[in-house]
Amino acid sequence: MKPNIFVKDKVGIVGAGLTLFRRRLLETPRELAWEAAREALNSAGLTLKDIDCVVVGSAPDAFDGVHMKGEYLSDGSGGFMKPTVRVFVGGGTGVMVPVVAWWHVASGLCRTVLAVGEEKMSHAHPHPQGVFAYIWDPILERPLGPNLIWIFALEMRRYMHVCKASKEDIALVSVKNKRNALDHPAAQAAASITVDDVLKSEVLVWPVQLLDISPVSDGAAALVLASESVARRVTDTPVWVEGVGFTLDNAHWYNRDLAYPRYLEYAARMAYRMAGIERPWKEIDVAEPYDPFDYKELHHIEGLMLARRCEAPSLLREGYFDRSGDLPTSPSGGLLGVGNPIAAAGVMKVAELFWQLRYEAGARQVKRPVHKAVANAWGDLMQAGTVVVLST
Amino acid sequence: MKVAIVGVGWYGFKPTVPDLSFRELMFEAAVRAYDDAGVDPRRDVDAFISCQEDFWEGIAISDEFAPEPIGGVLRPTMTIAGDGLQCVSQAYMMIRSGAFNIVVVEAHAKPSDIMSLQEIYELSLDPNLRTLKIPNPLFQTGLDAIAYMRRSGVSREHLAMVAVKNKVRGLLNPRASHSAKITVDQVLESRPVIYPLTQYEIAGFTDVAINMVLASEDVAKRFGDKLVWIDGVGWATEVGTGAVEWHEWGRMPSMRLAALTAYKLAGVEDPLRQTDFAEVEDRFSYMELLALDELGLGGAGAHRMLEAGRYSPGGEYPVNPSGGSLSIGVALEATGLVRLLEAVLQLRGEAGGVQLKDARKAIVASWRGPPTYTSMVTVISRD
Repeated sequence: MKPNIFVKDKVGIVGAGLTLFRRRLLETPRELAWEAAREALNSAGLTLKDIDCVVVGSAPDAFDGVHMKGEYLSDGSGGFMKPTVRVFVGGGTGVMVPVVAWWHVASGLCRTVLAVGEEKMSHAHPHPQGVFAYIWDPILERPLGPNLIWIFALEMRRYMHVCKASKEDIALVSVKNKRNALDHPAAQAAASITVDDVLKSEVLVWPVQLLDISPVSDGAAALVLASESVARRVTDTPVWVEGVGFTLDNAHWYNRDLAYPRYLEYAARMAYRMAGIERPWKEIDVAEPYDPFDYKELHHIEGLMLARRCEAPSLLREGYFDRSGDLPTSPSGGLLGVGNPIAAAGVMKVAELFWQLRYEAGARQVKRPVHKAVANAWGDLMQAGTVVVLST
Repeated sequence: MKVAIVGVGWYGFKPTVPDLSFRELMFEAAVRAYDDAGVDPRRDVDAFISCQEDFWEGIAISDEFAPEPIGGVLRPTMTIAGDGLQCVSQAYMMIRSGAFNIVVVEAHAKPSDIMSLQEIYELSLDPNLRTLKIPNPLFQTGLDAIAYMRRSGVSREHLAMVAVKNKVRGLLNPRASHSAKITVDQVLESRPVIYPLTQYEIAGFTDVAINMVLASEDVAKRFGDKLVWIDGVGWATEVGTGAVEWHEWGRMPSMRLAALTAYKLAGVEDPLRQTDFAEVEDRFSYMELLALDELGLGGAGAHRMLEAGRYSPGGEYPVNPSGGSLSIGVALEATGLVRLLEAVLQLRGEAGGVQLKDARKAIVASWRGPPTYTSMVTVISRD
């Protein structure tokens, strides 16, 4: 790995688009992908003819119920008579999509890339949790019939224990993100709630309660990435992809210290190194840490080195991560507020940073001036970290 | 910046490898590739890419199991849901971007583990198409074969000749488990499975894991004299599986597009003259001829060249000297890497019984198989 001064072509994001995020949308997966793709193209003032390559991201095929889901989604994502490829690193897919799109452009092979994330979880019947019954080691774990929320409950419990964080501290994330989402036109789970509401919501697997967790969603999100020369021609305010990082830990989640996401730290170090960032806690102005659960945002803030270990809960209490705070996190409303169509949710986070850095986020625009931003996503059996660093 | 293949490793190549799990297969291939290249995966490799599809593995997020067997734990490891050659294109771009020096590409297949292959093929069809309850989910292949034969004047004899050429050739290749001594008459007399294709013209399956180590030019020079250069890569999708109504029946525009990209990067204008042999898609007999036509290797018609014996191992442009997928078998998402492996071994002079004389530059072309319309092309050469 080398700092990006060696990189051949600088890569800019020039457009972004989103569908609504909802529990059940009537559009087919292909239609959702195209809706987001078209909006991203429109926002960049481009048409499909201007696109050289397509990167599709989508998490388990079983959600949409189609084998080779990338092939199914390709034309909906604009991959019609074009080089098209599908990226898949579980829940980390959303941020991996712009990472892969980055090297399509940085290598000089493609001048413009349409990067699309899509997920339609409502197909799964009776509930998408059923799909997660098949993510385990087929010999060691599947016979035990585990549920995904169980292991996240273990992780949350471990984080609370090691960092001496209370349920109240963690519930504040849910309160903040759902409130932020009130300003997001695509949001599915925006709400004005209190810590008390979270603590009184249904217990799923202690300590995880209903309002600690992001909803099941359908949706798609898309970005247009371009080489420096194209980006400067298309827009006055491209947002540059300064660093990319990704790491996969092993599948033995039960063998590692769940209190700290080491895989994310490694991925973040890779991205910061490329971006020439030495002190992320000082240099990053706004962040979109991955927040499918409320504790996960705190976990990821620490993994991204935006706060010291176990320091995130107290900073959160002080309002440090609010939209008006020193380092706003999830100004979009995150997965807790906007919704969690897995691959699309990660792309949505990068799209939000794109709008924030262009001062186009409207009511969601953070108070402080912004130049550098970071987003991450997380997936698999608590093992995947994907990171993108953006700047103006 | 040029990109080289500095090490290859494989394990399996049997219709069933009962004693090893897919993870153990991946490990065996990885150990061999790293030994071949002389790299330490924990120290030297910048990134790992695995090519796989969930439903083949029977695991909903199968990339969870990618890093461990190949040394990619807590390193930049990712998966592409696609054919191994698509991973090679990704690695090529990563290295060309200047941010990565050494990238490992992995793909594996354990079709012998799959109890419901027919259902998995059905699930790859568009949900609307599934409601028609077509008995054979591979029906599109038959339609394409017939459309191609009508358009090009290809007869069933030509298809049988492809099957005979490849199946017999495979007898010399220890990795070709599905090879057989057959004749054109034998093929023509057997009953079609997917009309017009008989059992001899449809490739079987093979269990295998393949691992390749790719490196940038300046780093590759440290790896001795067995370098094989990747001159060009290309990959393209014609239409999605949900839009077969837009497909140009009897043609494979995705292969043409992929070839044009790869040829442009490789500076190939006249592929028949500028390259020495090709490993092309042949999981169905007609695909070999169709692919050759789309790759610009068919002259006035690939079937005429075939008739004249020009694609034979001793001919002027050998096609599938390894025996192809018809004799090796289809390795799910590793199929493209199988074909690349055979071509690399040829260029390194390590192809054993199927070794060609003076093989310096080759074209490798693969397809993701029915019902997709995605193809990949790679051009490789040696100094």
